Amino acid sequence: MVTKTKIEKVVETGSQRLLHELPHEKLAWMLQRMCEIRYFEEKAEDLYIRGLVHGTMHLSIGQEAGSVGSIATLRSDDLIIHHHRGHGHTIAKGADLTIMMAEFLGKETGYCRGRGGSMHIADIAGGNLGATGVVGGGIPTSVGIALALQMRRSDKILLSYFGDGATNEGEFHESLNMASTWKLPVVFICDNNQYGMSMHVSKVMNIEHISERAASYGIPGKTVDGNDVLAVYEAVLEADERARSGEGPSLVDCLSYRWRGHSKSDRNLYRTSQEIDDWKHKCPIRRFKKVLVDAAIMTTDEVEALDQAAKTAVDRAAEVALTFPEPSPENMEDEVYAP
Amino acid sequence: MTTETKREITYLEALREAMSQEMRLDKEVFLIGEDVGTYGGAFGVSKGMLEEFGSERVRDTPISEAAIAGAATGAALMGMRPVMEVMFMDFLTISTNQLVNAAAKMRFMFGGKCSIPMVIRAPSGSGTGAAAQHSQSLEAWFVNVPGIKVVAPSTPYDAKGLLIAAVRDNNPVLFMEHKLLYRMKGPVPEESYSIPLKSAEVKREGRDLTIVAYSIMVPRALEAATILAAEGIEIEVVDPRCLKPLDTETIIQSVSKTGRLLIAHEAPTTGGFGGELAAVIAQSEAFDFLDAPIRRLAGRDVPIPYNRTLERAAVPQVEDIVAAARALAQEGK
Repeated sequence: MVTKTKIEKVVETGSQRLLHELPHEKLAWMLQRMCEIRYFEEKAEDLYIRGLVHGTMHLSIGQEAGSVGSIATLRSDDLIIHHHRGHGHTIAKGADLTIMMAEFLGKETGYCRGRGGSMHIADIAGGNLGATGVVGGGIPTSVGIALALQMRRSDKILLSYFGDGATNEGEFHESLNMASTWKLPVVFICDNNQYGMSMHVSKVMNIEHISERAASYGIPGKTVDGNDVLAVYEAVLEADERARSGEGPSLVDCLSYRWRGHSKSDRNLYRTSQEIDDWKHKCPIRRFKKVLVDAAIMTTDEVEALDQAAKTAVDRAAEVALTFPEPSPENMEDEVYAP
Repeated sequence: MTTETKREITYLEALREAMSQEMRLDKEVFLIGEDVGTYGGAFGVSKGMLEEFGSERVRDTPISEAAIAGAATGAALMGMRPVMEVMFMDFLTISTNQLVNAAAKMRFMFGGKCSIPMVIRAPSGSGTGAAAQHSQSLEAWFVNVPGIKVVAPSTPYDAKGLLIAAVRDNNPVLFMEHKLLYRMKGPVPEESYSIPLKSAEVKREGRDLTIVAYSIMVPRALEAATILAAEGIEIEVVDPRCLKPLDTETIIQSVSKTGRLLIAHEAPTTGGFGGELAAVIAQSEAFDFLDAPIRRLAGRDVPIPYNRTLERAAVPQVEDIVAAARALAQEGK
């Protein structure tokens, strides 16, 4: 039976109902993770500027609601696969900040023992099956992960993240078609920050919303305000339920914005400072704090305590990670192949 | 190989038997690719497997080589043991991102915390009139990617034993199946057996000259050896069977004995695996035993042409090996 494709208009705000349905600890968890992501990215940038980082980095400041709102819907044993701008997903999936910071710094004690770095943080044991640095490259792999879940009759699901630019890759098309045909337990999430390096989405695709692409795979597509953590939560939860019940994938387009450049080499020649400032006013963290306080879920003091706890955790992680040992170049060949 | 083996089956049947036996043993093994189910595979390798194993484990796919490779990579990351069939090795160009950037690298890149146990079965080689986009031998590309193993069997016996070893291996293994070998018959035991990947085999012993050949070049080299034996030239044919990891010992030993090395492969000469084999000898103790320069006999540096005469001329044939070996055997004497 063919699934009728449902393309919804942009969901502007998350439902107020969720605020009262979700446990207090869950909402606190969400806010604290968002703050941790923000502070982690700022710390990463600071360490870079101080010359303590060897490689490049892709910061997700401004996009915290997308990773947290989606991963908040998961069970702890569910899985994610993501991309080069992946610090947010990694933190939301429960990574240890110190081990993660160690990886960013290329230390032996990092998640990938310093072999992966910022673009390839994976926490396999924690259900984070890794970040790929080739745009769209994780999407075909996610077909196989979800296929394995289906063949083993598992009730786990996979969230597969990619950016707006990835949806112009051939691998996106092949993979969504295959996953849809086989009704695989995966939710495709587009972290739409509107720019593929310097190219605005409007210059590289002739559609209004990326979610419209779902139509060609016969799956539901939805564009949500990716700066509203509750809107993201609601949309992804619905897609999760569809995936978990064997009905197949969905495409959720989380419309947001990256405040920083694409990577360390970016001089922001393709956008105005006015545009960046406008989006800073839509800060997802400030917005969520306000929602929580306005609805009397939390006091301002509680909200700021969570924020402060996040900052302290990131500061401590960096402090400890900087003291970790460098990996040794000896016997690297022995690690290439599994025994 | 046991001399008692009486049963003869084709290379193609040996591959099917290897996959079927592994699938009976381990439910995590499955076959995925274009037209592998009802059609039985473009060359008939998986004929009848759908009936035994069902459509979930003998899985027909859309024509999507990138997603097929991704499906295999992801399933392998989860611990399953997919066998991916690409219809022609040439189409691996479309799968390459998944194979080279994902499958080959995940283990190392993620700090050794995962493994990717998968097999990529790839019908390779020319001789069928399929022209430039359905006839390539791309082993040299993949040998240059740390994280992938490359196997190229030349007999039905080796095809079965090496495929079983490849399925049980915990890494991505590119398994080259030469299309002209599919119908070749040879003795193959019915019971399951595996051949260690890093194990070259001396296919024929001789004292005068070593030919290192793999895939289709092995039967051609053996035929050439028979012809030259009538002229009193005794050729040793060494089949590496697995290009990566390479059993250099067997090759070095043979060349140390004969003092002459001819390398034969079908892929184009420039940048071909023959250069690697030559370098292995050049920097080994066998170098001191060389009585003549190392010679490479490989494909000409052209895309495979359609016309029968041109196609034949593009890659080494038996008569080319005979001529090259005869000349090398006499060189410096």
